[in-house]
This record gives sequence, C-alpha cells and structure tokens, in this order.
Amino acid sequence: MSAGVVRLTAVNLRKDVRLEWRSRDVFNSMLFFALLVVVVFSYVFDASAEEARRMMGGLIWIAFLFSTTMALNQSWARELRNGVLDAYRVSPSPPEALFLGKTIGNFIFVLLLECLMAPLFVIFYNLRALGNVWLLLPIFLLGTWALVVNGTFFAAMSIRTRSRELMLPLLLLPISIPAVLMMVTATSAVLTGEGSPVPQIKFLAGYCVIFSTVCLLLFDTVLNAE
Amino acid sequence: MRQVSLELDSQKFYVLRGENGAGKSTLLRMIAGLSEPTEGRILIYGLKNKEAFSRMGYMAHAPLLYDELTGMENLRFFAELYGITSDQPLMEAMQRVGLDPGLKRRVGQYSQGMRQRLSLARAIFHSPRLLLLDEPFSNVDPDSALQIAKLLAVMRDEGATIMLVTHQTGLLSNVADEYILMSRGELADRGAMQRVHA
Repeated sequence: MSAGVVRLTAVNLRKDVRLEWRSRDVFNSMLFFALLVVVVFSYVFDASAEEARRMMGGLIWIAFLFSTTMALNQSWARELRNGVLDAYRVSPSPPEALFLGKTIGNFIFVLLLECLMAPLFVIFYNLRALGNVWLLLPIFLLGTWALVVNGTFFAAMSIRTRSRELMLPLLLLPISIPAVLMMVTATSAVLTGEGSPVPQIKFLAGYCVIFSTVCLLLFDTVLNAE
Repeated sequence: MRQVSLELDSQKFYVLRGENGAGKSTLLRMIAGLSEPTEGRILIYGLKNKEAFSRMGYMAHAPLLYDELTGMENLRFFAELYGITSDQPLMEAMQRVGLDPGLKRRVGQYSQGMRQRLSLARAIFHSPRLLLLDEPFSNVDPDSALQIAKLLAVMRDEGATIMLVTHQTGLLSNVADEYILMSRGELADRGAMQRVHA
C-alpha cells in the first residue's frame, strides 16, 4: 500500500471521527440499541450464572451485530447528504483511502461501544469467565473487524438503493454467518472454560484477511456504480 | 444523451443552455467522470477524464459539503485529497467568492447563498484548468451572482476553461464566450454568446 493511500486514509479517518464527535449519529444509534438488548434480555432470561455463561456468547454478538448494522448505514448516509460523495469521486484521491478510513473509523466506534457495554453484560448477567479471559481480546478485535469490514463494504453498496435499511442486513448477515459462528463459539469457550478458542481465532484471522482484501479490491467498482 | 460530439477550446467560457431535462447536467457529470457514457470517450487536455481529476473543478446542484464542519474545515479536508496542505490557497479561494475564512460557523448554519459560494470555493481552490459548474447562481442574490460571474471571467483570463449550466444567461452575456444549446439529449446549436441576447 502506497504512502499516499496511508496518508489519505488518515485524512478520511480524522474527518469521520470529527464528524461523529460533532453529530454522534452513529454512536448514539448503536449505544441505544445495544442497551435495549442488554436490558430486555436480562428480564426475558432469568438466567443463573452458569446458564448466562452458556448463552452469553450468542447474546453479546447478536447485540453487537445488529448495533453495527444500524450504525453502518448512518456512516455512509452522511456522505450522501449534500452529495459529498461526488466531491470525493471527482478528486484524485484513491477510493481505497475512503474505504479504509471509514472502516477504521467504524471499527473504533464499535470497539468503543463494546468497551462501554462489557461492564453492563457483567453486571446484568452476573458474568465471570472461567477460561483465559485475555483470549477475549483477539476474539473481539478480529470479530469486530470482520463485522465492520464487510458491513462498511455492503453499506456502501446498499446506500443508494431505495430500501437500504433492509438491503444491508440482507447482504451482510449471510456472508457474516461463518465469522459470527466462530465469534460465538470462541466467546462461549472462554466464558465456560470448556475447550480452546484458538482454532476459531485462527479462522477469524483468515476470514479478516480474505474479506478485507476482497472488499478493498472491489470498492472502486461499488463507489463508482451509478 | 445521443450523438454528442463536442470540442472545447482552452481558456474559453462556455454556457450550456437548454430546457429542463435536455441533458445539460448529465453531460457535465459525464465530463466530470461521475457518469459513464455507453459509447465514446471524453478527453481532457489529452487525458481520460478520470486521469485529469486534479486539473478539474466541479460544482453540482448540491453543495457537496459537510454540514457538521466549518467552511475552512471543509476546504482543508478536500484540499488534502488534492495533496494541498497549506491554508493559503483555501483562504484565497474563500476571499475570492466573498466569504470570510475566519468564519467559525458550521456549514449547516450557512444560508443557501453562502453554501453556494463555499461550494464554488471548493471547486476552485486548486486552480483547476477545467471548471464545470452546474447552476452556480441558484439561491444567490443578484449582486452576488454578478460578483461570481466576474470572478469566473477573471479565472478564464487566468487560463481556466469554464463550462457552466445556467438558465440565467443574462448575467453572462458580457462575460461568456460561447453558448452550447442542448435539446432532448442532443446538441442543438452552438455560437457566440452575443447571439443569445441579440
């Protein structure tokens, strides 16, 4: 990757963080949805700590998957408002810089949400990991990147369609299923202490590399599709 | 668009005219590289339009600006896409369109006319050799429109080729060089600007 792409990725990232800091469109919608999931499910399931450990892997990732889906459309919607995306398209800046800047920005926002939500999951579900808790770090980093890189790509693809709120989950969820299964089983393995999450972590690393490459290669076509 | 064949001379000011739906904005978008023609090619100073982005400035109907950023922040972001890191050309562009570079207000709080001026500043800060403008006088008061028309004439004299879509041709009768008339996606006529108001 050229130095120009890296510099322009930083330019795009800085702009996205500044826009989000001022509008909080993306973060507020994610936070509100994730909070709802945590609170509502804590009333629906009267789970003991043991039961909570078994189902928590799925619940955590469902909350983050749907929160992310809601936020990704917002992050592209601000590029369509006032037609700003056209100004980018007529500039000499490479499309990869826009994609990477936006993906890294979304990755940071979702990680921030996860950091805020983690204590709430512990409190509401009386949660304590029985496995090596440090393994949650690569699971969450890779799992979040897997969701965000595909999500940012498919959100760019669906943003100009009429029913984009419906289109994004329709495109994103099927392609994310293998990664989500790995995230859920790896998280459950750490929480219950049963089995090793390492094979799932390796799978997630491979998934991230493959899909990041494919999305980067195809983004130019998506950006310039009329 | 059908059978559009057009050659523009450098350092000339062209006005693209025609009824609504004639294809003026579409032609401008095609030249800018935002829409692909089904057939044919577009060359700008001998380069394919997508290779000539750094020589081109484009102003659309929409302002192409972020509401959450101030005017200078908007220009700084777009300038960096063109590899410009100095504030000097941005401040000059804002002053040329009659805006205060020190204005701290976010673009969302600008009036329509101010947005239009800032949008023009965004299109000209890198001193493009080809300037494509779609209705730059809409939502602008008559005095400001005249000021913009004069600025465009100066830019033409400084070496830029200008192609502008407008229905307000009266503003440009003493400024523009030629008109190009479009009708139903085709070029219908072309001639000296004086002929429009003769």
